[in-house]
Amino acid sequence: MKTIIPVGPYHPLQEEPEFFELEVEGERVIKLNIKLGYNHRGIEKLSESKHFDQVTFLVERICGICSTSHPLAYVIAVEDLAGLEIPLRAKYIRCVIGELERIHSHLLWLGLAGHFLGYNTIWMWAWKYRETVLDLCEQISGNRNHYAMLRIGGVRRDIINDEIDGMKKKASTLISALNMFKGAVMDDPVIGVRTKGVGILTKQMAIDYCVVGPTARASDIDIDVRRDSPKNTAYDLIEWNVPVLKDGDVFAKVVVRILEMLESVSIITQSLDKIRELKEGDIWAEVRDIPAGEGIGTYEAPRGEVFHYVRSDGGNTPYRHKIKAPSYTNVLSNEVAVIDGDIADACITLAAVDPCYCCTERIQAVENGKSKYNWKELLKLSQEKTEKIKKCYENYKR
Amino acid sequence: MIVFYYIIFPGFLTAFILGGIASWTERKLTAKIHARVGPPFLQPFYDIIKLFIKEVTIPDSASKTIFMLSPIIAFASVPIVATIVGINFLNPEYGFNGDLLVCVYLLLIPSIAIILGSSASGNPLASIGASREMKLVLSYELAFWAALTVPIIRTNTFRLSDLMEYQVLNGATAGSWSGIIAFIVAIICIQAKLARVPFDMPEAETEIAGGAYIEYSGALLGFFKMSQYMMLVVLPVFLLQIFWGPLNSPITILKYLLLLFIIVLIENTNPRLKIDQAVKFFWFGLFPLGIISIILAVLGM
Repeated sequence: MKTIIPVGPYHPLQEEPEFFELEVEGERVIKLNIKLGYNHRGIEKLSESKHFDQVTFLVERICGICSTSHPLAYVIAVEDLAGLEIPLRAKYIRCVIGELERIHSHLLWLGLAGHFLGYNTIWMWAWKYRETVLDLCEQISGNRNHYAMLRIGGVRRDIINDEIDGMKKKASTLISALNMFKGAVMDDPVIGVRTKGVGILTKQMAIDYCVVGPTARASDIDIDVRRDSPKNTAYDLIEWNVPVLKDGDVFAKVVVRILEMLESVSIITQSLDKIRELKEGDIWAEVRDIPAGEGIGTYEAPRGEVFHYVRSDGGNTPYRHKIKAPSYTNVLSNEVAVIDGDIADACITLAAVDPCYCCTERIQAVENGKSKYNWKELLKLSQEKTEKIKKCYENYKR
Repeated sequence: MIVFYYIIFPGFLTAFILGGIASWTERKLTAKIHARVGPPFLQPFYDIIKLFIKEVTIPDSASKTIFMLSPIIAFASVPIVATIVGINFLNPEYGFNGDLLVCVYLLLIPSIAIILGSSASGNPLASIGASREMKLVLSYELAFWAALTVPIIRTNTFRLSDLMEYQVLNGATAGSWSGIIAFIVAIICIQAKLARVPFDMPEAETEIAGGAYIEYSGALLGFFKMSQYMMLVVLPVFLLQIFWGPLNSPITILKYLLLLFIIVLIENTNPRLKIDQAVKFFWFGLFPLGIISIILAVLGM
């Protein structure tokens, strides 16, 4: 007999609104229906009403965790549009802040994955070591999250050369912690039983669903934007590897992220070394105006490729700004990954792509292969709804 | 007098207060392992008070009598065990032949009440929780009974007071090979009876959002919580009484704390198992171990 088990819209598994309908027979999952769209904020439209510098801070608010990836992809897009080359020191600083964000995001996910498995000790310990990363971010940018480090043409704040030794020491404490997690996860038999062979996303499925980031790299797809198109960042000047695993199960996704964090620490130390050799203060290129044209910016966010497209008509606001976030494609791949597991497997599989809904929400109503609403109709719908709510409220007041 | 035993000492009130303290100890230890601060001493009691002053919501889809009755059944059964166990080492004549079996059956009732209550609530997640609890009961009871057979064989009695007397004369049951194996099996079984990680799949918060308890709120949830507190003290003491007695010395408290520490340690160093893995673990891992200990006991080791 078929039963529907709702995971969402509000469910302790995932702290953001989303809706997974698990169709189960007993405990076995036979189908998954994914319903997104609880969290639409209209950032793209909003961006068209702000001038180019303000948009950097707007897109930072898309997601609290990827708060460097989105602005970085955006400023790269604008720099592509304007044909800007930025100073070397700024490139290295971008690498440092981007990798710090990656470590903090992966540690956050690792902790949550532990929590989802009922292993709360991993949760608390991962978040304890995440504090070190947040401290480093605060030291560099003044903020623990939402670093506001980026601007078109460079970065907004410099790293002080005298502080680099202390930062490197802090970063090196992460290595022992990460190695501890690596041991704890890879050698624990019970974690192995719960994650090995669970929620397998084969290479073919991964290609079919166009997954990106660690989810793809755990399924034997060797892609990484940082290596493949290191535009206006210094990743091509640093030695590092892209860890790729073959199995595609939850275990591979855990291990790939831990290995990635170790690579990130290495990138940070190398970048800091290079920064020390460069002159302090040379962190941005002068930008006078943004010409008409279009530009593309991509960056490897902790969850995969972030894509920003900016079109300018020569004015001081973007004419069109299109954002594609990685979770949207990754979440959909669950459709095949959870089939034939049981509910417990499905839950950890849903969480294993590290879904982040605040950047994924889009609306597109399609009927018979055609888009149902255009912008004006959507606006009208929205206004009608507002009117209705207002009327309700007035009735209520009476 | 019986009413006094049941309600005040060593029944409900004693078990509840000790259980609250045990629960605080557990939470504080967990916090220390997690590198957190942990709750204040009276937190378990605050929780209960809070639950009792909250509104009770009963879902429309529930069959109301069973839904409301099952927390009370769970709550009522545990103090009986506390009374039997407690009275046996205060006043051994009050024991009766077969009270060991009665205790084991009574300890099963909270699980059955959870199954009843969650099935009656009409929530799909609760029904998953109920089915998991059912499978879990079926799996751990087998190993638990196998473990309990060992002291029965060694002492040739079903009476708790005789078991105690035997241990006073011959030393603890857990001091022998068969006894220690059976004791370890029983400790892992009470981990499942207490629904602690790795066997907390009936309530698995991140999978089925509290599962069996999802529809319970207010006082009804409070009753379940209270029975859990009491179980946390009654079950380990019951095990100590039959495996690691005698209990009539202050060292008992240390023994109990050691047992509690083991429970907390298992809870915090393991992820949650899946239900089929748990069944396999109990039937093909622990049950054969129990059989081995029975064979050793028959051989007199």
